Parts: sequence; structure tokens; C-alpha cells
Amino acid sequence: MPNIIFIKPDGVSQTVTGRAGETLMEAARRGGIAEILAECGGNCMCATCHVFAADEILAALPPVSDDEDALLDGTAADRQPNSRLSCQIKLTDAMEGFVFHLPATQV
Amino acid sequence: MSEAIELPALDFDPFGQKFFDNPYPDFAALREAGPVVRLSRYGVFGAGRYQEVSAILADNVNFCSSRGVGITDYKKSPPYRGPSLVLETDPPLHTPRRAVLNRVLSPGAMKKLREDFFSGARALVEKLLAGDGEWDAIRDIAEAFPLSVFPDAVGLPPGGRENLLPYGNFVFNSMGPENQLLKDSLAQVPPVADWINAHCQRDALSPDGFGAGIYAAADRGEILLEEAPLLVRSLLSAGLDTTVNGIGAALYCFARFPDHWDRLRAEPALARNAFEEAIRFESPVQTFFRTTTTDVALSGVHLPEGAKILMFFGAANRDPSRWQNPDKFDITRVTSGHVGFGGGIHMCVGQLLARLEGEVILTALAERAARIELIAQPRRRYNNTLRGLAALPIRLHAA
Repeated sequence: MPNIIFIKPDGVSQTVTGRAGETLMEAARRGGIAEILAECGGNCMCATCHVFAADEILAALPPVSDDEDALLDGTAADRQPNSRLSCQIKLTDAMEGFVFHLPATQV
Repeated sequence: MSEAIELPALDFDPFGQKFFDNPYPDFAALREAGPVVRLSRYGVFGAGRYQEVSAILADNVNFCSSRGVGITDYKKSPPYRGPSLVLETDPPLHTPRRAVLNRVLSPGAMKKLREDFFSGARALVEKLLAGDGEWDAIRDIAEAFPLSVFPDAVGLPPGGRENLLPYGNFVFNSMGPENQLLKDSLAQVPPVADWINAHCQRDALSPDGFGAGIYAAADRGEILLEEAPLLVRSLLSAGLDTTVNGIGAALYCFARFPDHWDRLRAEPALARNAFEEAIRFESPVQTFFRTTTTDVALSGVHLPEGAKILMFFGAANRDPSRWQNPDKFDITRVTSGHVGFGGGIHMCVGQLLARLEGEVILTALAERAARIELIAQPRRRYNNTLRGLAALPIRLHAA
């Protein structure tokens, strides 16, 4: 399964190895990425697992659903064109080395 | 079929006073007995382990809500009041209505309320600290704070707000059996229901609240116009008693575990997680039913079509196979994944509002109060679904 690189607001990076069947949010939580709160537990309801995808991987991610799109409008750190909710991204082997930047705040 | 016959049976009453006073021995018995048990008193099934409760919540196809989330199977007997348009429906009917409520109660909507809620919480704490320090933390904080912000956020007029709590009390009792609790709360309902129904209408609601947002969605054609008042009713039914019991749970925890109050005072940014931990620890919404739509296998147990199964959120939230030291209140715990707000497509639509209310009142208290001292025995409030207190006598010590 892929190695995912998270870059914290202070620039420090941390790599988490994904497991089969996990979402990006689940991998981040398991890897101790405290910037991902996931208050709703992955039900696409709270927008506290917000990440910014590196520009070069944006097109390779699964599309944004209407529910995710609506939630992204209310993220605590303002939405950017590369904003995603990490609970909506199922990890695949093709995501090796993908880079996600973490916002400074989730609430 | 032999599996069903061999299912362990438990005789405790999940809608009885003994259970309400101390559900924890029954929770342990439920989890130990197996993934699914028979609740022999009512001829229904029950699940108390985290794994099965989560699995049921996630599977709205095999475990439906449209036959009622209470003990009554609506296929066999219709409900007292019309069923909720969201809580007691399945996709596809559920989907557009839920989307409207999601939008009205979205993270963006909460951002707009945040400052006002903080001001309200700080003003209340100021008032509490100006007094002699002795308060009922339920009436004077857990009820007073949501009552000072929630009805305004919905867009209700000032008069008649005292109807909201008895209505919620009835709605959450109605999911249990026809016991004395339900009969007593039903007896109070007729005048209360008249007020509630009148205030679900567009002309009773201010133009800037959640209620108006629901009508605006109907104007845009996202839901039918006749659905709008019933969605407002859902907010009024489920939006107040729940947060009162959530905030009450947090205050009761801090009154019992003062070391965690000290911890919160040292780091007020923990307030939001502290509220979440209180929801896990006390599980203010204790139980909901689902009904099987077909013959289902759940963790190897066969359930026939039309079976009612009761999910015990409080038991799942204290399941030692999911949580380390589950019986310890710890405001630094990673709480993500608890089922205190349910899960799946019916997960509490007001969870963001609940968290906001909990966060701001705990923050405001932590800023100013050195201690929440329990000065007399708390008194429990009984409800077939909700767990909480009727009274929590405290002395609030100024910092």
C-alpha cells in the first residue's frame, strides 16, 4: 500500500504507510497526524479532516461529491482549489508518494 | 436457524429505572453475552458491542429506519405522530431532505454563529459568577445556555420557548415501550404540540434562522413545500433536549473529575474534545432501534426479516475491545469514531451545532471558574432514550 506524505503547517513532513481498505483520513489518524480531527468519524459531515492536495496529484484523486463540495465551503481554513476531505479519499497503490498539506486549523 | 434459537437472552429492562440509574452492569452483560442478544422482556434483539453497533449504523439497506427507530414497528402499527421525515425514512426519500438539513447546519453556517454563541456563553458565565456561587448546573447552565442560543438560531419568537423541552422529552420517550414515562409525557403533549406545530410555519420564523433556511430550500425546489414544516419540527424535536443532556453530561463529568477541570483550565483549547469525550462517556442518546428489511446475518447471527434490534450506544462507547480504559473520563482521549452521535446516513445532523454549544460554554467556564464543586447528590432525569440529570447542585468557584 502507498506511502503518503503529510506536510504540517510548519513545513515538517511525516510519512504514513496506508493499509488496504483505508481512507486517507484513517491512515492519517492511525499515523498520529493530530491535525486531522475527523470529528464525525468519517461520515462526511463535519469538514474537520480537511487537507490540501499537492497540485500535481489533484487530477489523480477521486472526484468531489456534492456532499463533500458543500462541506468544503465551510472549512475552518479557507477552501482552496486543491481542498479535499481526507475521509472521502480511499487509498490505492497508485497513490504512492502522494503529498498532502495540512491546514493550520480544522475548527 | 439453530443459531437464532441458541442466542443468549437477557432479561433486564432497557427502559426501566434500575437500568437508567446504573446501566453499566447491563452494558457489560450485553457485551459479554455475544454480538447479538435477545432482550426477552420485549421480544426484540439487542447489540452492545462497538463492532456490531457500528455495522448496523453503517448498513441502512438491511437495517432500515422507515419502520421506526423506536420499539414500535410502523409496518404493524402507525406512530402517535407522523414519522420524522428524516430520522424515520430510508433513501431515496431520506436523501434530499437530509441534504437540506446538512446545508442549514453546515460547517459554514456554524462559522457564522460562532462569535454570537461565544458572547452568549461568556455573558451567562459572567452572570453565574456574580451570584452567590450556588447553582443547579442543569437548569442554570445545561438548559439555560442552549435556551439562550438555539431558539434564536432556529428563528423562533421569544414567547413560548418553555414548550421546547417537554416536546423533546415526549419525542424521545416515544421510542420506548408504552410505560409510565411515555404515558406521563404524552399527557403533557396536546398544548405543547399546538405551539410546536404553529411555530413550524414560515410566518412564525424569523427570516435569518435555520427555519427560514429550510423554507428557502423548499422555494428552490430541493424539497416539497409541505415537507418544510416537518423538517422544522425535526429541528425543534431533536435540537434542544439532546444538547441540554450533552452539556449536562460534561458538567457532571467535571464535577466528578476535578483533575480534568484543572487540565482544561490549563489548556482551554481542549474544550471541544472534552465535550466530545463527555458524549462518549455518558452517551446522552442511549439507544435507537433499527428493523431488518430481509433475513440478515450479523457477525454470524441470523436475524429474520422484520426483527427489531436495539443498538446500545452507551455500551459501544465503553466497549473495552475498542477503547482503552473505557470507564475513565479523559479529555485528551482520541474520541473520533465514538457512536454517541450515531453513525452512517442518519448520524446526528445537528452534531456540529452540539459541538459548538459544548465548546463555547466549556471554554467560557474554563476561562473564569476555578472549580465546579458538587455540593449535593445529583438527581437523575428519566427518559426512554435520553440519559441525563434533572438536577446537579454545584458551587461555581471564581478563578
